[in-house]
Amino acid sequence: MIGLSHYLVVAAILFTIGVFGIFVNRKNVIVILMSIELILLAVNINLVAFSSFLHDVAGQIFAMFVLTVAAAEAAVGLAILVTFFRNRGDIAVDDASMMKG
Amino acid sequence: MPLQAIAFYLLAFVTIAAGLLVVSARNPVHSVLFLITAFFSAAGLFVLLGAEFLAMLLVVVYVGAVAVLFLFVVMMLDVDFAELRQGFVQYLPFGGAIALVIATEMVMVVAAVATNGAASRNALPNASPGGVPNTEAIGRVLYTDYVFFFQLAGLVLLVAMIGAIVLTLRHKPGVKRQDIGKQVARTPKTGMELVQIKPGEGISE
Repeated sequence: MIGLSHYLVVAAILFTIGVFGIFVNRKNVIVILMSIELILLAVNINLVAFSSFLHDVAGQIFAMFVLTVAAAEAAVGLAILVTFFRNRGDIAVDDASMMKG
Repeated sequence: MPLQAIAFYLLAFVTIAAGLLVVSARNPVHSVLFLITAFFSAAGLFVLLGAEFLAMLLVVVYVGAVAVLFLFVVMMLDVDFAELRQGFVQYLPFGGAIALVIATEMVMVVAAVATNGAASRNALPNASPGGVPNTEAIGRVLYTDYVFFFQLAGLVLLVAMIGAIVLTLRHKPGVKRQDIGKQVARTPKTGMELVQIKPGEGISE
């Protein structure tokens, strides 16, 4: 019998993988953005699982808005990345300190 | 074991394995492809929960748009990705420790919530209450209770679109473009010049 806890554990593990990805790929901003997408996917799994087990559709609406914001974030993040690459010729972000005063 | 449980464990395993490969793949193109795999199997999990509309939305929005955007950028940028992986082993113990702590905490919270929380009263998932299909159930509240948020989401997407265009647009100097107004305003007086040339000499600009 697959219950709520099964889905929540999957989401928790996926969230952890996302955080782990940000830690180990500190230079590669593309993988960092993908890790953020993984974290948002884990959040969406949580929201949909709770929505389904509470018999309340509001959680799915919220998941939809999270999806919207995630898409917008990916678009703007990648645009910033492309601009950064044009200016620097590199995407190593661990020494991105151009805007330091 | 019922078919549903088999499907759940398969999809959950594929989702987690693909997630791990996203963060550990050497080639970012492979990372994007594993991200697509993770989204597909997460969409399968949504179908198992009964949320078909969100499952299809995940496939369309993430696989169709976001992942392709990632692929475009990864393939467009000419970056030495091997160099960017430096420090992976160095940060591995610290990242692993943090991940272990977070995972332990979250699983403990999840166990408490799933056994004692409000959702523990319902043993079976039902993503479309009221006996209507899932898409209809979402549409009924999305366009009534949440209509302002829906419009706001559209506004967020518009702003993101304009922002992305403004960030990546660039005007190169020295690119020749057709200027129709300039062409139409041209007269014989401005288009032609009479030059007096001395015999034996060419003309230079």
